[in-house]
Parts: sequence; structure tokens; C-alpha cells
Amino acid sequence: MMEQLSNAWKNVLDRKGFDYGLPIDISTHGAAIDRLITTLHYFMALLFIGWGIYLVYCLVRFRDREGHQADVSEKHFGVPKYLEMGIVIFEACLLVFFSYPVWAKLKTDFPDRANSLVVRVVAEQFAWNIHYPGRDGKFGKTSIDLIDGTNPVGLDREDADAKDDIVTINQLVVPVGKPVIVELSAKDVIHGFFLPVARVKHDAIPGMTFPLWFETKEVGEFQIACAQLCGVGHYKMMGQFLVKTPEDFEQWHLDEEKALTE
Amino acid sequence: MTHAEHTHSGHHEMPFWRKYIFSIDHKVIGLQYGITATFFLLFGFFLMILMRWQLAYPGVEIPFIGKALTETGALTPDLYNALGAMHGTIMIFLGVVPMAVGAFGNYLVPLQVGAQDMAFPKLNMMSYWVYFVGGVVMMSSFLMPGGAAASGWTSYPPLSVTANNAQTVWLLAMVFLITSSLLGSINTIVTAVQLRAKGLSFMRWPVHVWAQVATAFLLLLAFPPLEGAAVLQLVDRVFGSSFFLPSGLYIDGAKASVAGGGNPLLWQHLFWFLAHPEVYVLILPAVGVISEIISTNSRKPIYGYKTMVYSILFLGFMSFVVWAHHMFMTGMGVTLSSFFQATTMIISIPSVIILTTLLLTLWGASIRFTVPMLFALAFLPMFAIGGLTGLPLGLTASDIHLHDTYYVIGHFHYVVAPGTLFALMGGVYFWYPKITGRQMNQFLGKLHFWLSFVAINFVFMPMFLMGSKGVSRRLYDQTGYSHGAATQSWNVIMSTAAFVLLLAQIPFLYNMFTSWKWGKKVENDNPWEATTLEWAASSPPPHENFPTPVEVYREPYSYSPTSRKVRPQFSQQEA
Amino acid sequence: MSVQIPYIDEPHPVTGVTNAKLGVWLFLASEVMLFGALFSALITLRLGVNDWPHGYDILNVPLATLNTVVLIFSSVTVVMAWASLKMQNLSRFRTYMVLTILCSFIFLAVKAVEYGHKFEHGISPATSNFYAIYFVITGLHGLHIIGGIIVNAYLLGPGSRMWKTQPERFTGRIECAGLYWHFVDLVWIFLFPILYLL
Repeated sequence: MMEQLSNAWKNVLDRKGFDYGLPIDISTHGAAIDRLITTLHYFMALLFIGWGIYLVYCLVRFRDREGHQADVSEKHFGVPKYLEMGIVIFEACLLVFFSYPVWAKLKTDFPDRANSLVVRVVAEQFAWNIHYPGRDGKFGKTSIDLIDGTNPVGLDREDADAKDDIVTINQLVVPVGKPVIVELSAKDVIHGFFLPVARVKHDAIPGMTFPLWFETKEVGEFQIACAQLCGVGHYKMMGQFLVKTPEDFEQWHLDEEKALTE
Repeated sequence: MTHAEHTHSGHHEMPFWRKYIFSIDHKVIGLQYGITATFFLLFGFFLMILMRWQLAYPGVEIPFIGKALTETGALTPDLYNALGAMHGTIMIFLGVVPMAVGAFGNYLVPLQVGAQDMAFPKLNMMSYWVYFVGGVVMMSSFLMPGGAAASGWTSYPPLSVTANNAQTVWLLAMVFLITSSLLGSINTIVTAVQLRAKGLSFMRWPVHVWAQVATAFLLLLAFPPLEGAAVLQLVDRVFGSSFFLPSGLYIDGAKASVAGGGNPLLWQHLFWFLAHPEVYVLILPAVGVISEIISTNSRKPIYGYKTMVYSILFLGFMSFVVWAHHMFMTGMGVTLSSFFQATTMIISIPSVIILTTLLLTLWGASIRFTVPMLFALAFLPMFAIGGLTGLPLGLTASDIHLHDTYYVIGHFHYVVAPGTLFALMGGVYFWYPKITGRQMNQFLGKLHFWLSFVAINFVFMPMFLMGSKGVSRRLYDQTGYSHGAATQSWNVIMSTAAFVLLLAQIPFLYNMFTSWKWGKKVENDNPWEATTLEWAASSPPPHENFPTPVEVYREPYSYSPTSRKVRPQFSQQEA
Repeated sequence: MSVQIPYIDEPHPVTGVTNAKLGVWLFLASEVMLFGALFSALITLRLGVNDWPHGYDILNVPLATLNTVVLIFSSVTVVMAWASLKMQNLSRFRTYMVLTILCSFIFLAVKAVEYGHKFEHGISPATSNFYAIYFVITGLHGLHIIGGIIVNAYLLGPGSRMWKTQPERFTGRIECAGLYWHFVDLVWIFLFPILYLL
């Protein structure tokens, strides 16, 4: 016990584990999100510091003291009105020029399915099942009655489209530079599909399937996180998120196919 | 006086249990609410201390009490989730709302409108006892086999529907608590509207009364949908219906044997239709309290009283049309999300106006740095942080990254903890002389303030840094994630600060209890030289508050332009 | 010294209502939100599936129609009860109040028959979401009927002693009870077509 405590404090004293700020961004759409977050925080800081300076100035200048008398005459200041108008206009700009376009792009401007990697992500307590359509690009039939320990998405291997389907657990592998379309669903409770480095987050809700898409621009090994409380194992519901070069991805795909036939 | 006038006997003839236990005096009921809520606030805080230990030192045995909780002495993930759900539930529904609405509303609204009691004194007593029963039922869920409700204070189905039986207890307790709030809010509105003293027109109401009335309307209209939702979830759990369960559920390694066809999002809509107005239930009474303290201690009127009042009303109204901004990540399309983003941006405007009017009140003031004023002044920047950090969460694009991370936790805690709770603590120091006839110790008060102020910022500020890194909320142990491990040391700092914050409440509690008997006696009934009606009553006020009816001659917050004298609402002289 | 609360039996000059009446209106506003939420839940659930059954196929419409008539009749009698008090006629008030309560019991009895049929066929909230929402909304409405019976019975029995000492206040109470009763009736007027006829 004491050892773990002293380790924790050793990190604190060594200034380790104090990371902050946005994580790296490997997605093509993430820059717009980051720009909005950053702009907002500059705006917030500006307002806060402005208010803060005003507040401190007031506290000093208008402190109660001998011979000081509050000015109770009814005053009307023009500056706050302009400040508020400014805030309104700024917020409207944020909405119209920053937030709406990003959301519209993510929700309606889907990449062509033929040129994208389409995968199904099926969340369960407490794992991410990833279902690839294989070479034929078609998902095989799935059925709830076929779900068991070895077949987490209930894939019907008898189905012609299912022969080449690949199912992985807690491992999402994507090729860099190619759009990925995720069809997100859940088997049991609500989970939150979260790729911090790709600025992707969406709730996986049982009974519904949501399409989402992203495109990566950097190779690396990252993590899938769960954002929504899903039960006792919520904290360890993490998966690998591997972004590979097209060649490495092809190799991985071949390996998986080979494993299927064995 | 007509023969039909309702009367009940004076307090001096009553036995103890009528006077203090089943009292119908709004002041005693207010104090009952206050004491009960204080207990729950401390208890909810204590639960969080246990959780913060786990977060700072994952899997390490909790000193002294760990062995009593679990076999290993460290929290289990199960227990962690239960404590998290109960922390949220207790703080909101058993702590802050009963304190802000039950205690402050009950004690102050009748006094501030010059009434002798609430409009329905027996209903008032009932609402306290229904709240009390709700609290006991909620607490009893800790004794359930398998522990207390563990699906978060939001209780999202299907997780909550398939959870253990403590969730049923949670729902039952919520039905009690909601009922209590409904009774209380009807009482507050009728009292404020009907029992106004002579001359007290609506535009002469103190801001606190406006805030309490707006809050009561929110409770009245927003809580019933949650009551309905709680009933639906109860039926789901107890009678096996599928309101919130879709077809094709596969839970715990088996097909769920339910009819299906339900919708998990239906719960979220009903829940957030309450829970967003609930945010304003938490903040509006605080704004009211702060307005009273700031005006009194800066010796000048609230800047733009009418603007303030309209902002409060507009805020209350708008709070009904922003709820789905909690649900941006649930498959919301472009049209709906545009609507809710726009309303969310609109609702930030009255909040900014309220903050600005309070800040502008300080211009040209004569600021007395009393203990309540310190809390009120601290409220302003803290509320500003809480409000500003709501912006990135209200825009869908930035919400993608920040949703359900620690950033959200930091955001709403800044509003409720150093926001509302600071305001309410300030309120306790401010009205203590009215309640007891004695002042609280100013040195202990300042100690309490400065320790709390520093500690609380160390608790919540790092949450923004962790959240922006992408650390999800409600994690039993975040170190499994690379970004979690990279930010783990913040947890050590936050947990230590949380413990300091707990210790900082000791002088407050000590002060509150000892000053009751040994505090410095106030020299008159209006020690702060305030302007509103409650200061016309003696300290403590008798059962009927004002033995001779008070009359109101002017707006609140009126001060002499040439001398340091005050012109209370109840005084005819121009001073 | 004693606590005196004004506007208990006479309306407030500004708002034009007594405390109790304002309180009842506020209570009804919150009730509207409660039933409104349940009706929205019904609509959401119905829109979410393809095979939502029609109420007239599986529920007993004639019995429900009978109940509608009974409730509307009771709304009339409760107004007559109040009007009788306004005309200082306590015995006529009693007659009408008894009729109102009788109607409520008839309503509950019919409802019990309906429920009984469902239970006989093994139908419960678990059967389907249609039945689940049917049981919840009619059940909650039934609880409101029972609440009304309790209030009205009290006002008919021990509560009516107030007539001797504070007739205006008592008339006000009957008016408030009547408002509540109209609301319960109104809920049924919405509930009947939505559940049974659509």
C-alpha cells in the first residue's frame, strides 16, 4: 500500500502524469473541431480575464473605507450592451461558421461506400466487436440466435456473403488515408464509441444502428475508449485502434483471411 | 377579521414535537430542510472522498474504513459505480435542491413578502416529511443485496432496467422526492403571489423571491415528466414491460426475454426534459441569494433590477427547450441539433446578462468584505468559469471531443459547487443573525472561505485539462488508457485538494453549531443594514413573523445617496 | 397571537382567486405535464414500431364508451353540487355529491371488469408495449379517480361540518375538488380516443 502511494507521489514530484491539452489528431476532420475548441477557449479566456480585471479593480477602488460613499444614482452604462451584442454576434458566428458545417459534413456528407472501408462495430459489456465485410464488401447475415462465446456478433457462416467476413474483438484496424464508415450498434446497453485521437465519438445504442465516418492521416497504435457508463467493466472497456499503411493493412487482412480457412 | 379566517394556535402553547418535529411553522420547516440537507451534502461529499481515494490510488486499500466496506479494503468497480450514482443523486436531489429551495425558499420567501407563514402550512410540513421519507428510502438502497443503484444519477436504460433491485428503490425514492418538490413549489408560488404585504407589488419583490418563484415553476412543470418516466421504468423493472428496451437485446450471454419494441432514448428525452431545467433549479436560487448579499454589502441597488428579473424569467423559460444538448451523441441529425445548439447559445445570453448586472452593481459601490460578501464575490468568477465552459459543450462540433469526459464534470461542478454551494454558504452567514439573533464568528468564516476557495479550484480546474485529453467520466480506474495514465497525477492533486476541502468544512460546521449559543448577539434586527422585509422581523422571528402587519413603501435595494444610511422597504422615512 | 393567512375564503384583489384555487390550478398544470409526458411516450413508442395494434381491435370499446358517459355525467353532478352550495342548499349538495361518488365507483367497477378480462387472458404489461402503456396510463388515471373519491367522500362526510362555520370556504373547497374532478374527466376524454379509437 505505502509503495503504491509513494509511487503516485513520486510521479507528482517528478511532474509526470500531468499531461494536458488536446490529444494528437490523426483525422482529416479533426482540425476543424480543434480549431473551434481552441477559438472558444481564447474567447473564454479573454472574457474571463476582462471580467477578472474589472472585478479586482472594483474590489480595490470601491472598497468600503472612511469617507467613501457608494454612488447610488441610477446609472446606465453603454459598454455592457455592446459587449453583450458582441458576444451574441460571436456566438452566432461560431454556430454558423464553425459548428454547423462540421456537423453537417459528418452527418450528411458521407464518403462513397465503394471507396471506403465499411465496418460494423457492435458494442457489448465489455468489449468492442468489429465486423469486416471481407473481400466481397458485403456483410454476411447475422442473427441473435447464433451469438455465443466464439461468435460475438452472431454471424451466419453458412451465408455466402459471410464466408469471407472477419470478426475481431477489441481491435479496429484501418488503413491510413482511406475513409472508414462505421456502422455502430450495441447488443445490451448503451456504450460510447470514442476514438480520442480521431475526434470520433458516438453513443452505441441497442436497437439502433448509426453510421459514422472518419478518415485517418497518420499511422499508429491508439485506443478505443468507452465514453458512456455501461456497467461494472466500463473502465476496462478499451480496444486497440490500429492505423496501418495500406500495405500493412493488406497484409493484416490476408493473415486474417488465412486464419479463417484454417 | 371575518369569522372564516384560518387560525392556529401560537407556538408557545405547543408541545415539543408539534413545535420542532411536526411543525407547521415555515421557519422551523426551513431549518429542518436545512439540517437534513446539510447532512446529505456531507454524506454525498464523503462518498466522493472514497471515490477520489480510488481515483488517486487505484486499487489501494482505503485507510481505516476500507476493510469495513469491502474484503480487500479497496473499492470494487461495483461499489465505485454505486457510490458515483449515489453521489450525484444525493447531491442534487437530497442536498442542493432541498437546501436552496426547501431551506432558503421556505425560510425566506414568506419573510421577504411580509407573510405570517406559507399559504398552506400543513402542506408545507407534508412536503418536508415526504422529502424525509424519500431520503430514507434512498439511503436504504445501500442496504440492498448487491449495493446501491449503480447506473449513474441519469439511470440510462437498458443498463438501469437490467440492474439489480437497488434501482427499484432508487426509482421509488425519486417518486417521493418529486412529490415533495411539487408540493413545495405550489406552496412557494401561492405564498409569494397571494400573501404579499400591502404595497409589495411584483416589481418590488426582492430578486431572491423572483428567483424562488421562477425555480418553483421549473420544479412544477419539469419534474412531472421525470415522475412519469420513473413510473415507466418501474413498470419495466417490476412488471417486465419494455418501454425502454428495444427488440433483440442480448444481455449477460442470453437473449433478453422481453417483448421489446421500446426505445432507450425515450428515457433520455424524458429525463433531460427535467434535468436541464433542474440545472436552473440549482442555479437560480443561488443567483437570488447572491443578489441580496451583493446589494447589501456594496451599499447600492442592483444594477438593472428589471433586466435581472426578465433575465431570470427568460432563463427559466428557455431551460425547457435546450434539453437535447445532452444528447448530441445519440444520433441526432442536422436539423434537430441545429435547433438545440441555437437555443443553447441563446440561453447563454441571459446568463451573461445576470453575471454582468451583478458585476456592474460593484461599480461605484462601497464594498464591505464581510464573510457572506466573500462567498458572493467568489461566486462571480466561479459561476463565470462554469458558464463559459458550457459553450464548447453546447456546440456539437466541439462536443464530439468533450462529451462524456471530465470536461463535463468540471463544467457542471463549477456551476454547482463553487457556484451554488458557495452562494448558499454565503447565505447561511448572511441570514444566520436573522435565524438565531447571533452572528457567526467572522474569523472562522474567513478561514472557511479561503481554504474552501483555494481547495475547490484545485479539485475542479484539473478536470478541464484531463477532459480535454479525452479521459472519460465514470471510470473506476483510468490508468488502463494511455491518455488516462498520462494525466493520472492530476488525480492525486485533485483527491488531496478534495480532502482539504472536506477539512475546510470543519470550521464552518463548528461555527454554525457553537454560534447558535455563544455567538455575538446582534444589536438590532437589521445588522447588515439590508433593505428587504425579512429584516423588519425580530431576530429570531416569532411564529407569526410580523405581530403587526408590515407595509412596503418602496423598491428593494434603496440606499441614501448622501449618507451611509439605508432605506428599507418597510420604513416610511426617506433617511 | 396567532398566525393569520389571508385570502382563504375571499379572492385576492389582484389575482382574483383564493389561495386554494391558485394552488389547485398550479397542481393541475403539473398534472398536465405528467400526463403529457406519458402521452408523448405513447406517441414515441407507437412511431418507433411498425406493428402497433389498433385499440378498437383488442380493447373493449363499448365498456369504455359507457365509462366516458359515466364520467361526463359525474362532471355535471359535481358542478351541480357546487351550484347547490352557492344556492345555500346543503341537502341538494349532498344528493349530487353522492351521485358523483356513485359514478366514480361505477367507473372503477367497469374498469375492473376490463382489467379482469385482460388478466384472464394472461395479458400484462409484459405482453407488449401497447398493453404496457395502456395499463400505465389507465392505471394512473384510475389512481386519480380513487384520489377523487377520497376527497369527495371526505367533503361529503366529515368535511361538510365546515359548512356551518365557514360556508364560503367550504364552497371554495368544493369548487377546487370540482376543478380536479373535471381534470380527471378531461384526461379520460383524451385517453379514450387515443388508446381505444386510434
